[in-house]
Amino acid sequence: MPSTLYDKLWNEHHIKTLDSGESLIYIDRQYLHEVTSPQAFEGLTKKDLKPWRLGANIATPDHNVPTERGRSFTVENIDDNISKIQVVELDKNCNKFGIKQFDITSSNQGIVHVIGPELGYTLPGMTIVCGDSHTSTHGAFGCLAMGIGTSEVEHVLATQTLKVSKLLNMRVVFQGKPQQGVSSKDIVLYLIGKIGTAGGNGHAIEFSGNYIENISMEARMTICNMAIEAGAKVGLIAPDTTTIEYVKKHSSLSDNDLTLAQNHWNKLSSDTDAIFDKEIIIDVSNIKPQVTWGTSPEMVVDYDATLPDLNSDIQANKKNIELAKQYMGIEEGQKLTDLKFDRVFIGSCTNSRIEDLREAAIAIKGKKVSETITEAIVVPGSGMVKAQAESEGLDKIFQDAGFIWRDPGCSMCLGMNPDQLKPYERCASTSNRNFEGRQGNLGRTHLMSPLMAAHTAINGVIGELL
Amino acid sequence: MKMIGNEIQIKGIVASIDRDNIDTDQIIPTEYLKSIKKFGFEDYLFDGWRYLDEGKLGISKSQRKINQDFVLNQEPFTQANILLTRDNFGCGSSREHAVWALRDFGIRVVIASSFGDIFYNNCFKNGVLPIRLSKDQIESIFCAEVKEMSISLDSRTIEFNDTEQYAFDVEDNLLERIVLGLDDVDMTLKYAEDIKLFENKRRKEKPWIYADE
Ligand code: SF4
Repeated sequence: MPSTLYDKLWNEHHIKTLDSGESLIYIDRQYLHEVTSPQAFEGLTKKDLKPWRLGANIATPDHNVPTERGRSFTVENIDDNISKIQVVELDKNCNKFGIKQFDITSSNQGIVHVIGPELGYTLPGMTIVCGDSHTSTHGAFGCLAMGIGTSEVEHVLATQTLKVSKLLNMRVVFQGKPQQGVSSKDIVLYLIGKIGTAGGNGHAIEFSGNYIENISMEARMTICNMAIEAGAKVGLIAPDTTTIEYVKKHSSLSDNDLTLAQNHWNKLSSDTDAIFDKEIIIDVSNIKPQVTWGTSPEMVVDYDATLPDLNSDIQANKKNIELAKQYMGIEEGQKLTDLKFDRVFIGSCTNSRIEDLREAAIAIKGKKVSETITEAIVVPGSGMVKAQAESEGLDKIFQDAGFIWRDPGCSMCLGMNPDQLKPYERCASTSNRNFEGRQGNLGRTHLMSPLMAAHTAINGVIGELL
Repeated sequence: MKMIGNEIQIKGIVASIDRDNIDTDQIIPTEYLKSIKKFGFEDYLFDGWRYLDEGKLGISKSQRKINQDFVLNQEPFTQANILLTRDNFGCGSSREHAVWALRDFGIRVVIASSFGDIFYNNCFKNGVLPIRLSKDQIESIFCAEVKEMSISLDSRTIEFNDTEQYAFDVEDNLLERIVLGLDDVDMTLKYAEDIKLFENKRRKEKPWIYADE
C-alpha cells in the first residue's frame, strides 16, 4: 500500500498496538527546557525511576532567561527569584540524572528548537518530542516531531516511548516563486489565514511543492514551526539534498554512520500515489507580505489591506472579530498601515536564525530606527547564531541603526522573562503567537516577517518594502 | 464524579464563554508557568479575563482586582464544574498547566466543538473530560442559556433542561483513564521487554541515532 512520509515514520517507530487501541511509539530524541520539565522530573523521582536512555535527552534553559547577560552572567544573576528557581531546578535535575545540558553559561545555550538542529541533535527520520508545542519545527528535517504535555515528558523520560493514536494525513503543496520580499513567514501566515488555526487539527501536515524544494533549511523550519498555529502538532518536509547538506555541516556523525544514514534518509518521502485525507494547493506567486491584525494567527491579512469590518459578512464569527479589535485598539475603517508601533522584536524560534538576521540587517543597513519606536530588539536564537552574526558584523549594523543586540533566549516571544510589552504597547514581532497578553499583559502583537519588522522599526509604521 | 449505582455521572453548574480559539495562554498566562508544582493553579485560571490587574505567581485571589463581568466571578458560576465554549478550545502552547488550572478550579468537563490536539491529550492525564459536540449542538446550548447539566459517562450523554439530550463520543480507553485515574507510566512499563527488544534492534540497524552516546 502506498504510504505517506508520516505513515513511514509512524511504522518505523511503532512498537506495538495496545489493548486500548493506542500505539506505543519509540522516541529517539527528547528536548527539555526549564518550564515544562520540573514536574516531570518530580514524577520520576516519586516513582524512583531513572531516565530510560540518558543520551536521548538534551536540555537547555530558554523561556525564563534574561537576554541582557554579558559574559560573566550566571544563574545567580537572574533578578526574578521565581524564574531563577526554574532555571536552577533544571540545573539540579540535569545534574542529578546525568542529562546533557547547555546551561545558561554555555556558548551553545539558546532556544531549544534552534540549538537542536544546529548542534546536530536533530537528524532526519527521528521521532522527536519536547514539552513545547513548537517542536513541530524539527519536522523540517523529515522528523516525526511533536509537542507534548508535562505528563508525557515524564512518560518519555521513564519509558522512551509515547502512547499516541495515529494522526490523519494532510498535504499542503506550495507551488511557484514568491515575489521579492516575501519570505517563508509570509507563506505560512497566509496558509493559516486560509485554513484557520483549527485547519490542521488531528492531522500531520506535510509541506511540499517546488517552493519548498527551493528554500533553505532555515526557511523550512519557519514553516514547520508554525504548523502548530494551523492546528497541526506535526509538520513535515521530506529530506532532500538541502537537508543532507545541512546535516553534514552540523552533525558530527562518522563517515560510516553518515553513509548508512543517507541510504535510509533517501527513502523518507511520500510515495507518489500516497493518499492524503486532506490536500490543499497554494500558488505562492501572488502572496503579499502578511501581517496579523488580531489576537489569533488566523487573523491575518495582506500588509496593505483594509481590516475586516464588522458589517461585512465574509467572516463567520463577528463576535470574535469585535473582541479582537477591541483588544488590539483598532477602530472601524482603519488599515494596518495606519497603526503606530511602539516596539519591534526580531527573535523567537520562528525567526531568530542566521538567515532571518541577515535579511533584517540588509534592510536596515545605514538607516535609523524611527524616533517613535520606544525600543527595537534583536535576539539571536542561540549562542551559535549570535557568534555567526557577530562574525559577519550584523550586530554592528543593528546597533548602528539603534537596535539593541541581545543574548539568546525566547525573550519577548512570551511574557516570562524581563522582555515584555507594557499594557497597550503595539509590537511588530517576528514570533508566532499574537494571543492576548502573550508578550506581556495587555500588549498588542502583530506577527510578521523579519524583513517587515525591520522596515517597521525604521518607519515606525508598516509600509512598502522598498 | 459520583458513582450512582453503576452509573457514573457528573452533575453541575455550567459556565459559558462564548468565544472561538481560546488558547492555553488565555487559560493560564505564562507568568504562572514559573511554578515548579503540579497543583495550586486555581486562582490563575483565565487570569487576564478574571481580574482587572496584573497578577504574579504567589499572589492570591483575595489580593486581586476582580472583574465582576467575567462569568467565573459571578454566582453560581464560581462553583462551576462544567465549561461550555465554542471552537478549537485549548489551541496554542502545550502547557499542561492549562489543564491543571481548570482541574484545580474544579472544572471536570469542557464542552466545545473542537479542541487543540495537545490540550485534548493533556486533559485525560488529569481527570478532565473534554467533550466534542457539533457546532449546531453547541449553538443550541448557548441559545438555551443552560446553567445546569448532567453528564452520564456510561451512556455518554449530556442532559439539560430536563428534556434535551445529546450523545457524545469519546474513546473507551481515554474515558477509563479518567474514571480509574490510571497512571500511564506504570501501564507502559509493563511492556518494558517489548521496548528493550525494539530498541536493541534499532540500535543495530540505525546506529547513527545512538552515535552521540
Ligand atoms: S521562542 Fe517562543 S514559541 Fe519558541 S519555544 Fe520560546 S516561547 Fe516557545
